[in-house]
Amino acid sequence: MTSHHHRPESDIALRVKAIESLLVEKGIVDPAALDAIIDTYENKVGPHIGAQIVAKAWIESEFKQRLLTDGTRAISELGLTGFSSEHMVVVENTSEVHNLIVCTLCSCYPWAILGLPPTWYKSFSYRSRAVIEPRQVLQEFGLAIPEQVEVRVWDSNADLRYLVLPERPAGTENLSEADLAALVTRNAMIGTAKVQPPIVSAAA
Amino acid sequence: MNGPHDLGGMHGMGPIPIEENEPVFHSEWEAKVFAMSFATFINYFPVDETRHASEQMPPGDYLSSSYYERWLYALELLLSKHSLVTPAEIEARITEFRNQN
Repeated sequence: MTSHHHRPESDIALRVKAIESLLVEKGIVDPAALDAIIDTYENKVGPHIGAQIVAKAWIESEFKQRLLTDGTRAISELGLTGFSSEHMVVVENTSEVHNLIVCTLCSCYPWAILGLPPTWYKSFSYRSRAVIEPRQVLQEFGLAIPEQVEVRVWDSNADLRYLVLPERPAGTENLSEADLAALVTRNAMIGTAKVQPPIVSAAA
Repeated sequence: MNGPHDLGGMHGMGPIPIEENEPVFHSEWEAKVFAMSFATFINYFPVDETRHASEQMPPGDYLSSSYYERWLYALELLLSKHSLVTPAEIEARITEFRNQN
């Protein structure tokens, strides 16, 4: 196989089109099934699912305990288990510990709970650096972790995926579960951001 | 296997490429590679085989390819290995498409 370096996009697109036409012609894939897969990952599965899990854990302490003890089981209670998220470990951020998730070998990620990973998660720089200089990596995301806070890095693998339970921001005591979920971002559940408090409008 | 995919701790990879409001797929071909891989690893070979296949990419190619280019490499390798589509069929179809234009 020739080098892929700087292969023009149009060549790749043509190659993919050729493979698709062969797979369809041979009846190996159904075009409608391909469209459904793309639609699922573009529009249905995404961080809003993980955000529901986080908000529930913030509101219900018993659920939170179950989630931290056996993430797989607690997530399946909610019916949110899915492909590529069969075995889950949930790690909690506190004032003393900040957790960060990576997959150094591949880009393993809980698809059913966060959707497909962003480019930075799949990048060679994140995969190589998160395990040796996590604080510098977090700085690039604008997140400064104080020296006294321990940083724990979790390296995912083919069979086990992680999710960060971020800290609940101050000033959210009266928010509903749905309003809380709306605050939770993808990066906060990977550990490259904190959940920000809601923006309070001055004109009430 | 200790290959180029074993990136943990490697130096020299530069800053993290952070993209605001990133789309799920950056082009139609990326979406199609994902969907064809997904459809085949559900029905013909397990996802672990896809991962293993992408790790067989020559190191120079691995390190200079994008994520979905590595998926494409794995897809072609597995389609051939499982006798679903041969490399010759792919090349012939590409030539056919080029000649239509």
